[in-house]
Amino acid sequence: MAELPTPYTAGKPALKESTETLRARIPGWGADLDPKDRPAHPREQPGIETGAHWDFPERQEEKWPRERSVEHAFVTPVFGTSTPLKGASGIIRRYAYKYSEGRAAHWLLLVAADRVDAWEHHLRSFATLRPDNPITETGVLSEFSRHGMGSRFGKKRADLGHQWIDPVVVGAPWALAAGGLAVVVLRSIRKEHAR
Amino acid sequence: MRSMVYRGPYKIRVEEKDIPPIEHPNDAIVRVTSAAICGSDLHLYHGMMPDTRVGMTFGHEFVGVVEQVGPSVQRLKPGDRVMVPFNVYCGSCYFCSRGLYSNCHNVNPNATAVGGIYGYSHTCGGYDGGQAEFVRVPFADVGPGLIPDWLDEEDAVLLTDALPTGYFGAQLGDIAEGDTVVVFGAGPVGLFAAKSAWLMGAGRVIVIDHLEYRLAKARTFAHAETCNFVEYEDIVVHLKKETDYLGADVVIDAVGAEADGNFLQHVSSAKLKLQGGSPVALNWAIDSVRKGGTVSVVGAYGPIFSAVKFGDAMNKGLTLRMNQCPVKRQWPRLLEHIRNGYLKPSDIVTHRIPLEHIAEGYHIFSAKLDDCIKPLVVPHPA
Repeated sequence: MAELPTPYTAGKPALKESTETLRARIPGWGADLDPKDRPAHPREQPGIETGAHWDFPERQEEKWPRERSVEHAFVTPVFGTSTPLKGASGIIRRYAYKYSEGRAAHWLLLVAADRVDAWEHHLRSFATLRPDNPITETGVLSEFSRHGMGSRFGKKRADLGHQWIDPVVVGAPWALAAGGLAVVVLRSIRKEHAR
Repeated sequence: MRSMVYRGPYKIRVEEKDIPPIEHPNDAIVRVTSAAICGSDLHLYHGMMPDTRVGMTFGHEFVGVVEQVGPSVQRLKPGDRVMVPFNVYCGSCYFCSRGLYSNCHNVNPNATAVGGIYGYSHTCGGYDGGQAEFVRVPFADVGPGLIPDWLDEEDAVLLTDALPTGYFGAQLGDIAEGDTVVVFGAGPVGLFAAKSAWLMGAGRVIVIDHLEYRLAKARTFAHAETCNFVEYEDIVVHLKKETDYLGADVVIDAVGAEADGNFLQHVSSAKLKLQGGSPVALNWAIDSVRKGGTVSVVGAYGPIFSAVKFGDAMNKGLTLRMNQCPVKRQWPRLLEHIRNGYLKPSDIVTHRIPLEHIAEGYHIFSAKLDDCIKPLVVPHPA
């Protein structure tokens, strides 16, 4: 009878290379063979020395009402202060934090707020000396200096099937906004002429 | 100070921001000398991570020099060269006091499911990151470590996330001598996971990706066998055949939320944001590991649900292990390995991008141009 594949019988498969060969071929092979030599072992080590010299950290000053997960008992003693809630996206986000992390509503509202946030900032940027510029901010010009074509074609890449969506995701809202603006301007010019 | 700033999906620019102030007695302000762009930064860049706000500075892999310390800081002083783990953590909560630094409960008011991470959305605490000239580092007595004099700066940057996370991925696999280990993803974390699997005594290491240049790196840097999944009608069947129909003993998912290989999964998550991540690699891991085997997940996924083949995992009696890496616990052993010449992390660095050109850096990394594997960001190029 032909030899049966491994899982149909009790034996273990033979090593493809002996441990001696592996040790000779690969620097450090087996250095951490013993789990005790592996750093985060065991996973939980009660009483581990961390450098903390407090039982509970001093509280950071809350300079504006800090949103928090309802699964927390309070605002944590230390927190990030990167970008406070603001505008319509801020209202949506504050509302999202009424739901626990276990609820889809919490996350889907936050994702929606992210999209609103981006457009709030794009629109606001047009009233500044530095409006958003999708060409420079996407870094897309590196396509020309960093072998955009050569990096993609003839390389058996799986992502070619969907990469065309990226410019649509980024560019379509800008094209629609520009088109809408053009329509408004043309209509007002026609109205002026009609008068 | 000059700082990378998020402007919405696929859009970033460099802006002038205030140097961050000390906000807590145990804060330090660090002047960044080198940072990196991580594969997981791309999830933010693509708008996949909920509560990623316009104006935030990304960057959770960075090293630098201490500029200023708060009044309660005892272990650091201005002028010290430090590497900073990507985890923000207090060192004293229920979780930190047991070594689960990445699961700290005292640093992230926005979510209980995840700890604090520099520059990684408000879902991870709302901290600005290190792709800037300066960064606020909370709990300076707990997280940062002094960079040994003998350690290269670029090796130190990779010790703040990519290398410890890759090693941690192999460690979570509980690899035993002679095990066959499959690693999905030949990015920085996957390369380090493959390399680490040998340290733990693997008998065979197979790395899977679709980018030929990264697979070539897996062969030379990580001494691994490689498969380009595009070349096979069904990568799971191929891996079964490769293992004499048994399946691998351990499979590591070092891909995470933007996995390719299934159009619908990828588009519904990465483009339409309807899933927390595209679980293609995770599902392949579940299907290609042997019954009773272990799947280790260090690829990052968002908090929204993902279409994971949980039934197969249950029926096969798998052990699923995962976490964000508790970076500082890994350091002593990893430093030994670097010093012994077993690991040279900076061998995977392919690009060094001046901060002013970071938008191009993100695009190159995201679109996988120019054989990019690991881009570093340099605020003040020499």
